[in-house]
Amino acid sequence: MGKIKIERVTKVFGKNTSQALKLVKQEKSKEQILKETNATVGVYEASLTIEEGEIFVIMGLSGSGKSTLIRLLNRLIQPTSGDIYIDNQNITNLNKKSLQIVRREKMSMVFQNFALFPQRTILQNAEYGLEIRGIPKEERRLKAEKALQNAGLLSYKDQYPDQLSGGMQQRVGLARALANDTEIILMDEAFSALDPLIRKEMQDELLELQANLQKTIVFITHDLNEALRIGDRIAIMKDGKIIQVGTGEEILTNPANEYVRSFLEDVDRSKVLTAENAMIRPMTIQIDHEGPKVALQRMKEDKVSVLLAVDKARKYLGYITANDALNLAKSGEKSLKSILRNDMPIVEPSTVIQEILSVISDSPTPVAVVEEGKLRGVLIRGVVLESLASEKNGGVDNE
Amino acid sequence: MSKLLNLATPIPVAENVEKLMDIVTDTFSSQFRFIQNNGADLMDFVTSTLTSIPPYVFMLIVAVLAFFATGKKFGLAIFSILGLLFILNQGLWDQLMNTFTLVMFSSLIAIIIGIPLGILMSKSKVVEEILKPILDFMQTMPGFVYLIPAVAFFGIGVVPGVFASVIFALPPTVRFTNLGIRQVPKHLIEAADSYGSTFTQKLLKVELPLSKATIMAGINQTVLLSLSMVVIASMIGAPGLGREVLSALQRAQIGNGFVAGISLVIFAIIVDRLTQSLNKDKSNGGK
Ligand SMILES: Nc1ncnc2c1ncn2[C@@H]1O[C@H](COP(=O)(O)OP(=O)(O)OP(=O)(O)O)[C@@H](O)[C@H]1O
Ligand SMILES: [Mg+2]
Repeated sequence: MGKIKIERVTKVFGKNTSQALKLVKQEKSKEQILKETNATVGVYEASLTIEEGEIFVIMGLSGSGKSTLIRLLNRLIQPTSGDIYIDNQNITNLNKKSLQIVRREKMSMVFQNFALFPQRTILQNAEYGLEIRGIPKEERRLKAEKALQNAGLLSYKDQYPDQLSGGMQQRVGLARALANDTEIILMDEAFSALDPLIRKEMQDELLELQANLQKTIVFITHDLNEALRIGDRIAIMKDGKIIQVGTGEEILTNPANEYVRSFLEDVDRSKVLTAENAMIRPMTIQIDHEGPKVALQRMKEDKVSVLLAVDKARKYLGYITANDALNLAKSGEKSLKSILRNDMPIVEPSTVIQEILSVISDSPTPVAVVEEGKLRGVLIRGVVLESLASEKNGGVDNE
Repeated sequence: MSKLLNLATPIPVAENVEKLMDIVTDTFSSQFRFIQNNGADLMDFVTSTLTSIPPYVFMLIVAVLAFFATGKKFGLAIFSILGLLFILNQGLWDQLMNTFTLVMFSSLIAIIIGIPLGILMSKSKVVEEILKPILDFMQTMPGFVYLIPAVAFFGIGVVPGVFASVIFALPPTVRFTNLGIRQVPKHLIEAADSYGSTFTQKLLKVELPLSKATIMAGINQTVLLSLSMVVIASMIGAPGLGREVLSALQRAQIGNGFVAGISLVIFAIIVDRLTQSLNKDKSNGGK
């Protein structure tokens, strides 16, 4: 009894569907079909069961039909043939009204480009689904505010989307889905437009949320690391067909065919874990302006014993330790320049994790990630090891 | 060859159009009369109400409106007061009020018809394909031509003037409404759909708010076009500044014609800037 079940679902874009389907059966390529019939096969004979409470990831190259497949689930795209079940209800031929009810009560969607309504405030955006359902004003405001609070964005509720950063906007997109409180959430490359650090934070938040709320999440991504990190099961698509479904472990150790193997290697080679994937936001001190008192205060607040020193332009200069800062403060000296240390290892964002491992285990300090002189992040031993373990990446590399 | 010769005998287009007009006029004559009488009464009432407002009070209202609509700037407000003072000074105040009523009615009717038509057009390819050439036709046809059916249906006076103006001024509102709605990004439509919005919810909560600036630009053009019909409509007896221009023209009174013309221009500038700044104001406030 899957939460979502699709059976032999096919979507052909264009008029000449039957002709196109005939050609698919003859194993003609997509380009050839397009040339001969002017129709595109978006999804072909896809069958899947997605269980309640799982994060189901769909992967595949660009144009393989991921977006089409996820839009078939809430019928933003109408299937050419096949059946779609949500909670055992066949929604394939529901009329407009019943379909609206299913969309309102069963599923919410999060989009790659956020798709926030620009003329609505953050709060009004978060309220949208509830408003559409006709929930009374007061009630929906409370629910939306709660969702924003969980996303850490309550103080921005009266701002407009274009006043927020990309990461914040996508948190609003997620809050809009969560405020609606549906059991299914559809996410089409929801994190792809975000930079690596934010992206990682969002993945963590999604996992935490999943642990608390037990939603059924369908998640599309291009990124194998992301898929392995958050996915309970992964489906791999090629030219509109689903060619393998399994846990990350299964797919890595037992690729269904040569295509999957080379797909994983391809993705892998370009997406091997690098410093960029494992780094966290650095605790910094602006050495031109800030003195030992500020430094000590910040260390206390963030519970760290080292701060990375930067200048106005975030150029990396070195680091200072809590002990030095304390002595300096006692002596009444204002400038931190005298206690600046320079022996912290530095790596580029593109350095692969395996190389960093030896550096980091020899170093008493964290490792700074620096790009063209600018500080990008910091690597901490625990986080690096954890990311290595959870990415299950080593297995593939060592094959 | 014989085909070519055939082309020489004219097809009776003019006759047929005339016949059609006669049929329409006959069939709907009582309705037309009803509209003519009541429309004229209503507009007379509005004009006399406007005229009964003391000019200085009227100017003050316009100035205050201009001040706030332009974001608390004095420019347009001062221009409005000076311009209206000039018109008053030239003894054209009553004519101005007549013109104001005419423009207001034609624009309002054009907007009330135009926006729903534009919405329909944006929702249906078929409707778009049908309406597009008709709108082109309406816009390229010289405004004078609309006087003919206007007179046939309603006789002379202010109502046929409004009728002709509405037809002439309608296209921009329809076009811009269509354009505005079609320009709403696809992913926002998807978002609205994915949360189960009905047709009306999507229209009112997403499409219209997002195309407001474009629609307002169309409305601005509609208002200006209906204003440009004022002189033409005066040829069939619509009162107002247009009639002053026309009679000056007929009697070759350059001076009078100039004064009436300038008054029209002043009025046009005030109306244009006011509608435009309303648009800007809204789109900034609710970005
Ligand atoms: N509305 C449409 N009309 C015609 N063809 C379409 C339409 N939408 C998608 N397609 C085609 O269907 C195929 C699958 O597209 P889809 O957007 O599902 O791919 P995707 O896997 O999401 O790719 P990406 O990773 O680039 O987002 C593509 O060949 C695309 O050109
Ligand atoms: Mg896609």
